[in-house]
Amino acid sequence: MTDTTVKISDAAIRRRQIKEFWFYFSQNRGAVIGLVVFVLLVLTALFAPLLAPHDPTQQYRDALLAPPFWAEGGRAGFLLGTDAVGRDMLSRLIYGAQYSLFIGIVVVAIALIGGIFIGLIAGFYGGWVDNVIMRVMDVVLAFPSLLLALVLVAVLGPGLTNAMIAIAIVYQPHFARLTRAAVMGEKAREYVTAAKVAGASNLRLMFKTILPNCLAPLIVQATLSFSSAVLDSAALGFLGMGAQPPASEWGTMLAEAREFILRAWWVVTFPGLAILISVLAINLMGDGLRDALDPKLKRS
Amino acid sequence: MLRFILTKLLYLVPTMLGITLVAFGFIRLLPGDPVLLMAGERGVAPERYAQIAAQLGFDKPVWQQYLLYLNNLLHGDLGNSLVTKKPVLSEFLTLFPATVELGLCAIIIATAVGVPVGVIAAIKRGSWFDQISMTGALIGFSMPIFWWGLLLIIFFSGILQWTPVSGRISLMYFFPPVTGFMLIDSLISGQAGAFKSALSHLILPSVVLATIPLAVIARQTRSAMLEVMGEDYVRTARAKGLSPLRVIGVHALRNAMIPVITTIGLQIGVLLAGAILTETIFSWPGIGKWMIDSISRRDYPVVQSGLLLIAAIVMIVNLIVDLTYGLINPRIRHK
Repeated sequence: MTDTTVKISDAAIRRRQIKEFWFYFSQNRGAVIGLVVFVLLVLTALFAPLLAPHDPTQQYRDALLAPPFWAEGGRAGFLLGTDAVGRDMLSRLIYGAQYSLFIGIVVVAIALIGGIFIGLIAGFYGGWVDNVIMRVMDVVLAFPSLLLALVLVAVLGPGLTNAMIAIAIVYQPHFARLTRAAVMGEKAREYVTAAKVAGASNLRLMFKTILPNCLAPLIVQATLSFSSAVLDSAALGFLGMGAQPPASEWGTMLAEAREFILRAWWVVTFPGLAILISVLAINLMGDGLRDALDPKLKRS
Repeated sequence: MLRFILTKLLYLVPTMLGITLVAFGFIRLLPGDPVLLMAGERGVAPERYAQIAAQLGFDKPVWQQYLLYLNNLLHGDLGNSLVTKKPVLSEFLTLFPATVELGLCAIIIATAVGVPVGVIAAIKRGSWFDQISMTGALIGFSMPIFWWGLLLIIFFSGILQWTPVSGRISLMYFFPPVTGFMLIDSLISGQAGAFKSALSHLILPSVVLATIPLAVIARQTRSAMLEVMGEDYVRTARAKGLSPLRVIGVHALRNAMIPVITTIGLQIGVLLAGAILTETIFSWPGIGKWMIDSISRRDYPVVQSGLLLIAAIVMIVNLIVDLTYGLINPRIRHK
């Protein structure tokens, strides 16, 4: 007797899944553009020391507020001009990419891990545990996110690290809610009952059996939170509560540029443009991810 | 319906208590001695310290302090600002109309533009209008509004010189506040040019504040319309020979509006957060700028109560949205 069923290895299944994912993702032109821009952004951040023509904190006293090279009075040495203390805009923008990506990764990681943990417990145990946790999440969600982040920073003290912690705390309920909803949906499925009957511990049920099946909406939410984190941390920087000068964080650069808006358009325009392009690229990618990962959420 | 409202109200109680706990805990979490922070004094003598502590209730156990705090709240006592020494509540009430005026204008712009754009994009799905407007919506959605505001100032105030850079009305005009809304008050005052001045001050901040809600509303309207237009009742309406305008305007739009109204309501929280940035950029004397100024001036009683009031307002607005939702969608009410 020969076995007629073709056995597919786990690796092959995974390869097939990735292929299918890429098929749906690449259908969405915007998502692919977003991905390309995002990859460029990551490369810029990684290779900032090689790409930047100048040191981002070096002040050229002979070139204060020099305009971009194509404008009248511009110099080829400073392609996008210089700021009020003579620092090269282009170099600062390139180094700024490091801040934005770093902030996005840290914020999403903290919010995601915290949210998954809390959501798993609430969804898995249900009852009063769930009730208490979700009421606490409701309280966090009742505050406008930027305001709560601002107040948290006021408590913790201004600075990049504290701004990231504050934003992560504010975002975390979204992940908790999503995880909880997904867990409650999966909990009653047969494979979970089967694992339970087979004697799996609660921890194993939560993290190994249920969690992997709840990841799709979390990945989409993580992408959206990544772009919001870039926006909100720039806003905090702009309000003087995030990264502190002379950091070349884009929001902080904008705050320093504010008083020159009517004299030197380039010091205001470029950092904001950098924020917009990064956030837009990540949002485009998020749309594509949602379409590819979650057919239920598919945009009609 | 009354039952529906009462249940909803009951659900608010624990969240409301949670918010007061956050506001109460905020002062105690701050680095430094809460007594001195709340009194706004430094290096006081021990007798004076004991006096302040007793006056603010800090000499009692924490749970008694909390009950005292709740009791004060219920009596409308939200503390005094350290800077102006005025009651926080009266400061809030003076500044709140400015934010409401700005927010209302923003939500009107966002709805008046966002809904038609979304509807047309859905009807002409795949057309150049659809593609351009949805790309625009995505850009608006990704916009750092503090930068957008600065760009508009550069263009409209700097280059074209059409609008003023900051404030609510030109200093030339003075009239006592009646409603607190500058547009209405300037009309009542009857001073020539006052209304125009108020309007020109309002337009840029409103556009900036409207940007993100506008993008969200347009996207939501489009997807809601697309969903509804695939429904049987719309096909039936078409099949029985109704004019396209009637099918879209009456049968499709009315049902598509249900999720859109929720979206519009939920933008209020977004607007209040956006108001912090918008008011800062345009020096608009509303509660957003008040909060920012208070945080940087360490006027903690204001921050504490402002946080509480803003959260309460967001909750009440969300409740109203919930109730409206029940009103226009009977399925929710009778579930």
